[in-house]
Amino acid sequence: MKRIALENLPKLYAAIAEKQSLILPVKKAGQTNFGLWTEEADVDLATLKTVKSAKDAFFPQSETLYTCQRDGKTLSLQPEKLEEEPFVVFGIKGCDVRGIQILDKVFLSEPVDSFYCARRKHGIIVSLACAAPEESCFCKVFGIDCAEPEGDVVTWIAEGYLYWKAATEKGEALTAQVADLLEDADTAAVDAQKAAIAAIVEKLPYANLSLEGWNGKVLNEKFNSPLWEQLYKPCLACGTCTFVCPTCQCYDIKDYNTGNGVQRYRCWDSCMYSDFTMMAHGNNRTSQLQRFRQRFMHKLVYFPANNDGAYSCVGCGRCVEKCPSHLNIVKVIKAFEKEGK
Amino acid sequence: MSINNEFRPKIVAFCCNWCSYAGADLAGSSRLAYPADVKIIRVPCSCRVNPMFILRAFEKGADGVILCGCHPGDCHYSTGNYYARRRMTLLFSMLDYMGVENGRTRVEWVSAAEGVKFSTTMNEFVEKIRSLGENVRLGDLRCKN
Amino acid sequence: MQELKNRAIELLENGTVARVLGWKIGENTYDPEPAFFDSVEAMKDFVYNNFCAANLSKYMIEASKLEGKTLVCLKPCDSYSFNQLVSDHRVDREKAYIIGVGCKGKLSIEQIKKSGVKGILSVTDSDPIQVETLYGNKELPYTAGMLSRCFSCKGKEHVVYDELIGESAETSTVDRFDEVRRIEAMTPEEKFAFFQAELSKCIRCNACRNVCPACNCRKCVFDGNKFDSAQKANVDSFEEKMFHIIRAFHVAGRCTDCGECSRVCPQGIPLHLFNRKFIKDINTLYGEYQAGADPEAKGPLTSFTTEDAEPSIVSKGGIV
Repeated sequence: MKRIALENLPKLYAAIAEKQSLILPVKKAGQTNFGLWTEEADVDLATLKTVKSAKDAFFPQSETLYTCQRDGKTLSLQPEKLEEEPFVVFGIKGCDVRGIQILDKVFLSEPVDSFYCARRKHGIIVSLACAAPEESCFCKVFGIDCAEPEGDVVTWIAEGYLYWKAATEKGEALTAQVADLLEDADTAAVDAQKAAIAAIVEKLPYANLSLEGWNGKVLNEKFNSPLWEQLYKPCLACGTCTFVCPTCQCYDIKDYNTGNGVQRYRCWDSCMYSDFTMMAHGNNRTSQLQRFRQRFMHKLVYFPANNDGAYSCVGCGRCVEKCPSHLNIVKVIKAFEKEGK
Repeated sequence: MSINNEFRPKIVAFCCNWCSYAGADLAGSSRLAYPADVKIIRVPCSCRVNPMFILRAFEKGADGVILCGCHPGDCHYSTGNYYARRRMTLLFSMLDYMGVENGRTRVEWVSAAEGVKFSTTMNEFVEKIRSLGENVRLGDLRCKN
Repeated sequence: MQELKNRAIELLENGTVARVLGWKIGENTYDPEPAFFDSVEAMKDFVYNNFCAANLSKYMIEASKLEGKTLVCLKPCDSYSFNQLVSDHRVDREKAYIIGVGCKGKLSIEQIKKSGVKGILSVTDSDPIQVETLYGNKELPYTAGMLSRCFSCKGKEHVVYDELIGESAETSTVDRFDEVRRIEAMTPEEKFAFFQAELSKCIRCNACRNVCPACNCRKCVFDGNKFDSAQKANVDSFEEKMFHIIRAFHVAGRCTDCGECSRVCPQGIPLHLFNRKFIKDINTLYGEYQAGADPEAKGPLTSFTTEDAEPSIVSKGGIV
């Protein structure tokens, strides 16, 4: 294990950024989101949850796929370049790291998504253990240890230091790059923090949320439940829950007319929107009830059915905090539990 | 757009069919000059122009947008330009509030008989936009290449 | 709360109303959700506390299509939105039984967290607010948890109701146009930088639009597939500006300044600053106007006078 004093972090950022771009939680106009590091950036590691997850770094909210350009009578087609430079994403929490692993199941299985794959290949994940979990967190339910996240490099903030442990080859290489700034350390402070966090996690309000009865085999039973009829009612049909979610992966592909050509781009889609999966024949989900049900069925039934039982929720609690109507996956799970079905 | 490094602004002029478009015609047939940078879009009434038109023009690369209609009281549909006047006042004020240079938008009432006014207005407006330079605050980057 | 609940049950039982539109108790005090209750039995989960900030008037669009009357709980500021929906012909007054509920300023858990409280286990809606957290207990003054919109409250009077239950309090401490004036006084560069920083946070979730009682179009112009900028993609910074300017414009003259847009924004963008600018300009140029105060009133953008100011007023020193 290595460590660096917190006051020297700017030096660490600068050293990393010298060799590759660095993405980390940055505070802008009062809100913290992952953003590119610059000298002026207001780095914020104190905020537990960025508003959006770190998903953007690998699967951006919108990205161009190719551009058609018209020049007189010639048309040219320019595919967008794949990522080929290494980059570091720093300060990802355990839940978001798991979120990326869930995206991997979708985008790295056949047919492989080349844009996502290139970013995964070149991205180096430096995760950061949670020092103070909050009431909306329920990552424990999905078997995530927020005090010991996964990643290429794992870090902890304890007693005025950032503790640093390389966990993969990529992580070792990054550690070598910044070796001058790191000093050797023992694990005492980190161990103490892990024990403290484990005790706090037990006390979180949703720590013992039960997922019993949710698996890939209960499709018809859950799908046809009369409960959805009550649960969806307050839903405003906004896309907040899906856009702050680290695992929502649906996207739409659209064309933009630039005046002298067309840019084809993809952007995140939300099952809450009326034009979700719109096709030539129309829309196969015509009511908000169906769209609302889709989100939870996808996370808790369809996804496990296709991925050996893995849920596509990581318990980050962002939707719990951000839903304008205070609806969320926890309430849905509890409502089903209460009904005993 | 620039040719020989001289900035040539793109100006969109929405002109109502009954007065201002005819005013532009008169300017042309009277051989009054106004810069070719002005692209006229004919609309049935100044009231037809909704705020989205103005923003859309900026998005696609316009450096200035001007709306011309019948003089208040002379609208072919009686009252269209009165509504347009309120809408544009509020929209322009909002753009100014957001930091878009207020010289980039303008409304001028030009009748079918005012060829001279049409040409002087356009000359003035183009000159104003030239002095403001390229519009960078309200364009869509994708339309820039 | 109990009085309101009892009265609602009574009206359900005697058949005056077919259902109740109110709030359902959440997992904690701070997360009640809007809900329809259609039986006395369901009413056991009914709650009305100081965290019930949601404006229920927009849910009346759907409720107006249902059989029978709906009892709806409206706070003073929500009653303006209800009236506006009636004058927009989207809500049927006859289908609503309105109980004007008391409001002493609403609390928000986001606001409480902003004062540095973390790991909340329980919270009271009392004055002062008692918070029990994983990391110790705290006491906060009521105003520390109050929504910013409540600091420029429209007053404690309901503009439409069938009966009133509960006390209201005037919570206004600042002039609602102060922030607008602060921006108006900036240079164009500063204005642009301010809005660019705020709007670049927008994730195009459409929560502001979907919660807004004035955004009640059957199909939003931004949802059309003929439209080449997507309603859900933040591809270019222009898109956010376009969306927010047009949205604010479309509700200008109908926006009651209920503040729901700013409350729900996951990125904390002060969206009310757009609406208030329009309201301020309308008041200055076309006379004081409060949308929703009178459902029969003609909106400022659907009327005119022959003496109206010319748009050139903006470049001649602005509207002050």
